[in-house]
Amino acid sequence: MAEVLSRPAKSDWVPTLLVWMAVILVTTVFVWLISDIVRHGLTQLSWEFLTTAPQDAGRAGGIAPILVSTLLILGVCMAVSIPLGIGTALLLAEFTSVESIFGRLVRRSLDVLAGTPSIVFGLFGLAFFSKTLGLGFSILSGGLTLACMVLPILIRATEEGFRAVPPDYRLSAAALGLSRTTTILHLLLPAAAPGLIVGLVLGIGRALAETAALIFTSGYVDRMPESLLDSGRALSIHIFDLSMNVAGGDANAYGSALVLLVLLIVINGTAVWLSEHWLHRKIIPL
Amino acid sequence: MSRSRTDIVLVWSLRGCAALAGAIVLLIVVFLVLESLPALQHVGLARFFTDASWQPSEGLYNLTPMLWGTLFAMAGAVLVATPLGVLSAMFCHYYAAPVVARFYRRLIELLAGIPSVVYGLWGLVVLVPLIGSLHPPGPSLLAGIAILTIMILPTIALMADAALANVPAHYLRGASALGLSRWATIRGVVFPAAKSGLFTGVILETGRAIGETMAVLMVCGNVVQTPANVFEPIRTLTANIALEMAYALGDHRAALFVSGLVLMAVIVVLVAGAERISKGRVYG
Repeated sequence: MAEVLSRPAKSDWVPTLLVWMAVILVTTVFVWLISDIVRHGLTQLSWEFLTTAPQDAGRAGGIAPILVSTLLILGVCMAVSIPLGIGTALLLAEFTSVESIFGRLVRRSLDVLAGTPSIVFGLFGLAFFSKTLGLGFSILSGGLTLACMVLPILIRATEEGFRAVPPDYRLSAAALGLSRTTTILHLLLPAAAPGLIVGLVLGIGRALAETAALIFTSGYVDRMPESLLDSGRALSIHIFDLSMNVAGGDANAYGSALVLLVLLIVINGTAVWLSEHWLHRKIIPL
Repeated sequence: MSRSRTDIVLVWSLRGCAALAGAIVLLIVVFLVLESLPALQHVGLARFFTDASWQPSEGLYNLTPMLWGTLFAMAGAVLVATPLGVLSAMFCHYYAAPVVARFYRRLIELLAGIPSVVYGLWGLVVLVPLIGSLHPPGPSLLAGIAILTIMILPTIALMADAALANVPAHYLRGASALGLSRWATIRGVVFPAAKSGLFTGVILETGRAIGETMAVLMVCGNVVQTPANVFEPIRTLTANIALEMAYALGDHRAALFVSGLVLMAVIVVLVAGAERISKGRVYG
């Protein structure tokens, strides 16, 4: 569209200057932040750092048990949110008209859920999963809290995946006399897989970045977890604890921040790549 | 369409999934209310505003300093981030070459993906000492506003970007045929056409700024006071919950759930407002 608007007038220099100043400012802050994390983080990063347990409250040693806890929390989160998310997205995309009251109610409540602050999820997780269901401070409780949090992201992307499947598929399946269940399992799910995977990747990214919702649900314990009912410290909480509560923990906080950042950039990059290269390809699953 | 028995089972289980997913918000509100009840009964709503100070150990529960803290930090960040975000979106659409625009958009998306603890760590180690050298003590409302601005910038920038992308191309061709300059087109044609999208973006970034916890907790100093200037430390509602929940008991604990309930109420109002403006679904 730039070529349409390529006629600058003399009085246009103020907004042009402002635009460029804003862009330079944002880029500078971005480069400053990333280079600071990378520079300080790289000095800490080593194979030992990834494979040993933290010592001296995290000042020394590595982050092995923290990585394991993080993965377990993510696992619980995804195991619950994927089936629930796909089910809801299927209903919204395939079985509900845009005007139906039930569909509108569910959508509206998902919109509110997407905007809910993470600390409120933390309070809810503490009251419901940890206290009422008696899970205590545990990986299970933290994972379930995160599952509530990523659900709107997952449902939105999956629903878009289903809506991107051409209507011909459904009509052909109906003409062949296939039941709705068969149509979904053998036709719609494979065809909508790209949207589903993008949602999954975005959800993992969101869950991995989360801190506030986990403080009172999965807790602070930095030992290697033995079961899902043990408390386990997520990577983001480790960074928070090292920088706020442990004097002299900054170095390892930077190391952990770099690990988290690299994981997230890989995950977000995958999501972008998938949505650009795979989502728009013509899919013929049969 | 054939209605086999498996189909009926399938539809009902899908309805179950959707009902469960939709009920989570309800469940959150119910549990927040249940846990806040003791405070609402013993302390009463008025005392959250009229008590002498916030000293839960002595039964004093004045939330106003935290409310001001949240409000100031949010207002400052929204005031700075909104023009930056809109200018960024303008850059991507009307000023930059396509390659540069693509690159800059990636950069904004990356900023959106950085976790709040990482922002907090950077703020704590880099920004707070910097502000401290200008005007002690360092951990301050200003540091909070700066960090929040960077954090909510991607929200408004990406929303504004989408809003500008939705301006019909024939509007722009019309403006071009009339001989309008670039800025005259943006001001006179693009902004009015993209108004609702831009306002939705502002509402969403406001929600994000109010709800942010960890980064603000790490850079604001967390002193319970109503700040007299931007260099004084503050404590926000969210930071208060995160700091005190670990050891809070009885009415104190319930009072923290009351602040959670307040946050939730504000978010519901903001989302409803955004839905009204954008006439439909906000997040997807």
